[in-house]
Parts: sequence; C-alpha cells; structure tokens
Amino acid sequence: MAIEINGSQVPVPDDPRVSLLDLLRESLHLTGTKKGCNQGACGACTVLVDGERIVSCLALAVQYEGRSITTIEGLSDGDALHPLQQAFIDHDGFQCGYCTPGQICSAIGMAAELRRGLPSHVTGDLTAERVPFSRVELQERMSGNLCCCGAHNGIIDAITETFGEVAA
Amino acid sequence: MSVLGDAAAKAKGAAQQVMKKAIEVAPDSWMPGGRPDPLIRRQHGHVGQPVSRLDGRVKVRGEARFAAEVPMANLTYAALAYSTIPKGRMTGIETAAAEAAPGVVLVMTHRNMPRLNPPPLFMTASKAAAGDDIPVMQDDRVYWNGQPIALVLAETQEQAEHAASLVTVTYNEESAVTSLAAGKAQGTEPGSFQGEPLKIDIGDAEAALAAAPHKVDVAYETPRHNHNAIEPHAATLAWDGDNLVVHDCSQGVAHVAWSMAQVFGLKEDQVRIHSPFVGGGFGGKTMWSYQVLGAAAAKLSGRPVRIALSREGVYRSVGGRTLTEQRVALGAQADGAFDAIIHTGTVAMTAHNALPEPFIVATRSAYAAGTFKLDVEYATLDMIANTFMRAPGEAVGTFALECAIDELAVALDMDPIALRLRNEPEKDPTSGTPFSSRNIVEAYRAGAERFGWAGRRAPGQRREGDWLVGMGCATGTYPYYRMGGGAARITLHSDGRALVGIAAHEMGMGTATASTQVAADRLGLAMDQVTFAYGDSALPGEVLAGGSQQTASIGASVMAAHQRLVGELLKLAGNDSPLAGLKPDEVESADAGLRCVAAPDRFESYASILGRAQRDEVTVVAEAPPPLEMQHWSMHSYSAMFCEVRVNAVTGETRVSRVLGSFDCGRILNPKTARSQFRGGIIMGIGLALMEETQFDERKGRIMNPSLGEYLVPVHADLPVIDVIWNDIPDPHAPMGAHGIGEIGITGTAAAVANAVYNATGKRIRDLPITLDKLM
Repeated sequence: MAIEINGSQVPVPDDPRVSLLDLLRESLHLTGTKKGCNQGACGACTVLVDGERIVSCLALAVQYEGRSITTIEGLSDGDALHPLQQAFIDHDGFQCGYCTPGQICSAIGMAAELRRGLPSHVTGDLTAERVPFSRVELQERMSGNLCCCGAHNGIIDAITETFGEVAA
Repeated sequence: MSVLGDAAAKAKGAAQQVMKKAIEVAPDSWMPGGRPDPLIRRQHGHVGQPVSRLDGRVKVRGEARFAAEVPMANLTYAALAYSTIPKGRMTGIETAAAEAAPGVVLVMTHRNMPRLNPPPLFMTASKAAAGDDIPVMQDDRVYWNGQPIALVLAETQEQAEHAASLVTVTYNEESAVTSLAAGKAQGTEPGSFQGEPLKIDIGDAEAALAAAPHKVDVAYETPRHNHNAIEPHAATLAWDGDNLVVHDCSQGVAHVAWSMAQVFGLKEDQVRIHSPFVGGGFGGKTMWSYQVLGAAAAKLSGRPVRIALSREGVYRSVGGRTLTEQRVALGAQADGAFDAIIHTGTVAMTAHNALPEPFIVATRSAYAAGTFKLDVEYATLDMIANTFMRAPGEAVGTFALECAIDELAVALDMDPIALRLRNEPEKDPTSGTPFSSRNIVEAYRAGAERFGWAGRRAPGQRREGDWLVGMGCATGTYPYYRMGGGAARITLHSDGRALVGIAAHEMGMGTATASTQVAADRLGLAMDQVTFAYGDSALPGEVLAGGSQQTASIGASVMAAHQRLVGELLKLAGNDSPLAGLKPDEVESADAGLRCVAAPDRFESYASILGRAQRDEVTVVAEAPPPLEMQHWSMHSYSAMFCEVRVNAVTGETRVSRVLGSFDCGRILNPKTARSQFRGGIIMGIGLALMEETQFDERKGRIMNPSLGEYLVPVHADLPVIDVIWNDIPDPHAPMGAHGIGEIGITGTAAAVANAVYNATGKRIRDLPITLDKLM
C-alpha cells in the first residue's frame, strides 16, 4: 500500500480522512503544496497525478495508492529549475508566492491537456485535432488557480514563453 | 466625558494644533526631506533597475516556509468552533463528546482559558496591533456571529476538526443591531482617523451648491469586502518557559510581539515573532484572536500548537472592509470651476474597534473648490470588527468622488479629464500646505495619449455585435505616509559585506529586493554584498507593512543608520586616512568605501578603514527622524486610470477589455516589482468594481459567503493585459524620492470601470459591485 511521491514510495496513511494535501504537508513536510481554501476553490494545492493536474485538498490520500504524484518539489532537477519556474521569476509571475506552486503545477498539467487537444469553454472548434494556442485559452484554462496579489499577467507571460511551442 | 476630561482633551487638541501650525510654517530645511536624499541624484546605481525578486528562487521551488509550515516536535493541531448568534450569552457549552474524541489533547473554552488582558486595539498605542479590543474567550459573552467560542487541540488536524464539530452551545440570545439601517436609526457618531476628526467645513458648501449653476448631488454605496490573502491566517507557536515564539504571517512583527506581551502580561522581549514569508496581507494580517488562542492553548497543554484558520475561519474571525453609504455633491460654474465639494456619508463600525472607513481622505486634497463639506459618520453594529483593507477610505471614497466628477462632466458637456484639470489645486485645498510633488497633469497627458482617449465616443454610441464598448477614466490618489518608530541596524564587515536588519515585512511587495537595491546604493556596495534581514521582531524598528509606508520607513531608517555608520567609520579612519579631518556630511559612500564629495580622489575603502583599526566589523543602530515632512508638505501618490469595458447588451455581463494606469509616484525603485504592485492594486480595483462583496445576513449578522467559491475575485479569464506607465519624477522631500505604491493601484480603478460602463451603456451604476442584474 504505497503512493509514489516525487519518485519515493510513501505508505498510504491509516486515517482515511487524510487528504492528499495534508499527507504532503503534515506527514511528509512537502510544504511547497499550499492550502488556500481546502475546498477546491483556489487551486493553490494543485499537484500532478500521473501527469494530470488535480486539487489535492479534494483528494483523499488513500485513493492514490499506486499512483505517481509530482509536487512542486519534484519539478526541479537538483539545483536546476524547471523552465517554467525560471520563467515565473523572469516575468515576475508572483508576488507573495503562496499560489505559485499551484500555478506552476497547474500550468504543466494544462500544457499536457493542450497537447492532447482537449478543448475548453473558449475553444472555437470543438472537433479540431489541435487547439490553437492563445492567451485567451491559457487564461480560461488557468482560471481555477486564484492569485490574490494580482500577478496574473506575469503568470500568463511565463506560461506563454515556456509552452508557446505547444502550438507549433 | 467629564468637564475636566473635556478640558484636558481640548488643551491637548489646542497644543496639537499649535505644533501642527509650527511644523507647517517651519523652514523646509528643518524638516526630514528638507535636503533631498543624495540617492535621488545618483542615476547609475541599483535603484531603478528591474531586478528579479531575491526570494524568487525559494518561492518557485516551494521552499519558502510559511507560518503553518514550520516543523516542530510534538506538535498539536488546533480547530475552532464559532458562535452562531450575533449577540448574547452562552448558557452552556457541551464539550464532553469533544474531549472523549480520539486524539484530543485539550478542549478550551472561556471556562478554562487562562485569564488574559484585552488585546491592545490598533492605533491606540504605537505598537498596538489588534483588530478589536474584545477580551479573547474570557467570558460567556458573544459579540458577533462567528466569534470563536471553543478551541480543540488534537494530535492531527483531522482529529481536531472532528472534535470541534462535536462541541454544542446553548445561548441566551439578545437583540442585536445587524443592519446599517438599524444602526443609523440608533443614531450616528462623527468619525475620526489618526487623531483627527473626519469632518471638514470650509465656507458654506450647501449654500454654494444651491447657488451653483451646474451641479450633481448623488448617492453611492459600497459593500463589505474581505482581503482574501491566498494564505489563510496561521501560526505555529511554542512556549519556552515564559518566553513565547510565534511563527506568524504578519504585517507588523514588532507590533504583534508587543501586543501579545500585553495580553499575556509579559515583557516585550519575551515574545518573538518570526514572519519571513507572508502569503498576502492587504491590511488583514495584524493581530486577531488566533494568535492569542493558539498561545493560550499551548500554555494550557504544554505543547507546541499549529493554529491554521480554515478559509471560513478567516471570514469568521478576521475583519474586512466595512460598507459605506456616501453622498457626493459638486457645484460648478459653466467653465467647470468647482464652487462646492460635498462628500459625506455613513459607515458601519463596532463598539470595539476604531476604523470609520475614512472615505473622505482623498477628497481632502484632490481638487480646488470654493467650499468644502466633508464628513464621515459611523453607526455601531453587532458584527465582526471591520478593519483596514487596501487603501482604507481611498478605495471606496475615490469610487464615489470620481464617479460624481464624471457625472458632472456629462452635465457640463465637458471632457472629464478637462474638468479635473480645470480644478487642479495649487496647494492642498483643505490644509493649505504646499504639495511636495504633484504631477497629475503630466500623468493624464501621457495616459490619455497612450490609451487613445481622443477616440472615446458619446455614451452608448459604440457597439460591436452584442457588445457595447465604452471608455472611462478616474484619478487615483493615496497619501504618502511614513510612521514614526522606524529604525535599522547595519553591520559592516571588513570584507565589505553588510547586513542591514530591520523589523520589516515581505508579503509580496518586493520589499526584500527593493530594500537591498537601496541599501546597496546607500552603502556603495554591490547587491550581493548586502543582506537585508527582515520579518523578525528581534530586529530594530516598528515598521508596519501598511499605509504604503514601509519603503519610506525603511529608507529613512537605513539613511539614519548610514549617517551614523559614516560617523563611526570616520572616527575609526583617524588621522592617517585620506579622509582625515572630513565631517560626515562631507563624505559619501561609493565603491565599497567612503569618499569626499568635493574631492572624490580622497577615498578609502571600508576594508582599509576597518583593517587599520583592527576591526572585523562595525555595527550601528539608528532611528529615523519623526515623520514631520507629512505635516509640512501635502504628499501623495497619484494616478490617472483609464479603462475600456465591453458590456453585453443581452446579458449585461461586463468585461474589462483594456486598462492603463499612468502613475505619478515619485521615483520607482524597481520597475519590475513596482509594475506588479501597480497591477495587483488595479486588479483588486477591478474586483471591487465588478464582483467583490462580502454578503452579510442582516437578520443574523452572519457572513453568508465565507469561501473563495462564493466570494468572487478576478481570475485569469477576467483580466486583460494591464498597461502601466509612470513618470518617475522624484519627490525631493521623500527618502529616495519615492512614494508608496502598494495601495494607489486600487484607488480610482473602480470609478474608471464604472465610468466606462456608463460610457458604454448610458447607465449609471452607483452601488458596487456592478453585477449584470444592475445592467439588464
């Protein structure tokens, strides 16, 4: 009974009430994943499960046995930042930094959704093989991640710089 | 008040008036800022460079440890239960089930809570930090709906929350005042702010209004708001004997340390507040009951405590911005000249706090007029104490004032920018003091050109498919503040490194980065030679991260410490130095040393001075001078805000399609982080205009939307690219030539949006937020 978290095998908690978020933060001290509302409304707790983004506050840890979780701590390669992490610094895509890990994990999951051609509410042609890469698409798809400091422009700029080639 | 007390208050008031007058008429040279900060004329340093955040790397890697993330051995977790009535007494609290629940360490109610002093209410003493002065869990009284009435400590958060849900309470409910209408019916009181009445009468404004050939006289309403910092309030804390260590999320570490010491009957230095990272504050992260409850529970249980408020818990136990009802009446001549400015109204407050949302502050200094009548009254309600939220007063006050000016421009058939510039004052219109630096005309000129203001059409004249398109503008303004008590410590090492320490805060404003840039230039060092330490109450200074004053306070404090350091270094340099015989005001820091201003070849490096003196380091601490400049000059940040909206003619939905902020805020220290501050304020202003509202059940005094799912804030999809420009004209009388930039962005923005909505649709919406139902 184990969950893979950033490449390490972690036992599933005994208490079935423990959310994936609380497992990360309180048991494993992986506090990069943030708790902003604990209700799935803010996106600060976004992590990647087998490459797909989820809000970990609404996920019970026991449900993730055998799954592979990547958190913000698992994105860097040693000292080398993930290109999106660097882009967030370059474009000032945060102020207080509390929503930042969730924004970054969410954007990585979102880019994969774009690559797979999954349409969104603003996609014009739902049957097209490819979703055109645009600012409006990114804004729509990132709207589950709140930023209360107002770093939205920098966040979208950072994502555009990092994943703009998805469109090509 | 007794006759004696009344006389004493009058005498004190008279003495303050004499002192105020003396400061106003004193020579400029006696004032802080009387001589321009030498950094203003230095053009090739670190100041003004778009340096990326120094704390960026740890934040994007998830390595920044916030208050609820500090590990401690043997930690317990707290959960709270909240009252469900607005006023009354608890007749019984049933805690047996909670106490018997698995993992529970402690159930704390007023019955076993340690006896504590009331929290010192913010602004009642220089370091008072509490949002209200209600004793925390000291008796059976309920003061508001949502008041914490029990705390459970358990081995895990899950156990604590389950047990807290088992606490049941019976009440003897009393009649409560829970609507502004009911509060007003009981009578209102005149408000005061920062020791001054929020009431100004110059001439007979009502008569001037009545006589004016052109006028508007309109009412505006703004609802309650919550800060919604994305990090909920939290503390991880522990006692070590009689000493308390709190890892907190704080806008005022020195303030909270002092205030907690008052509550627990300790000496100030027995409480240590650490707050290196704060996940947003906006005025909400001062002192509320959670720190007191957490520390009391840790005392009772003998174990460290993590108290992390749920999002609902933040709404229940941390106050927000109050609601306002405002009247703005403007009387004008045909050429637009104002005969009368009337800005009055009523706000809701409680009996246990002292912030009558001062919505007239911006109006005091914004425009010239023949007469003024300004007045803020407050009604007393039984609700959670309202508090400071980003631009308290100005955010909602400029909404009303700047919308009314737009309405008058329509009545006069005048361009609203021309109307504003027609009433540009030569000196502060209500205090009579000169402006230190006011370039709002330039900001409007640059903004109008860049935004394409000349392309604006008459209301309702531009339609693209289902969308009505309109443009609006408004003036934003926020005072320059510098609070007293700033201090800094500088330790200069013989290898040329410097440690600058100050009890300041980084909540995302970019303080750590900009302060390092400033300190490096001040000391003539490279940025990587300077370490800026902050977020620790053991450091010097009372430097609140509020009122957009922190940068000025830090700047003046580091300036004072630098002057003292120069004096110390000249003493150490002695007679063998090229600097021998020079006085501190004849030298400046440059190239990791000191040089003579008049003869720059007279130079000696810090390393050489300290080496000859056989010193490894030199440390100085100094206090900034009292902030008299604020009374000698009228000092403000300014903006010209421009907005374009698209309003759907069918659904009434409003989309903000373009925004430009043209700012006049003195010298910009770091364009990269400053742009983010401006944009962040503007985005909160868009939220204020279109969606933000704390919904309040006026029957039961309970907040109805205590979650980020129901309290709407702007999201990515709601926001265009926000264009920001500034004129970078330094204020010669401010440290570094800089004005505060944290709150100016939210001011004026809501009015610019509302005025654009009018231009698009021809409909005036005078009560915020401008939701689609009001436009259909």
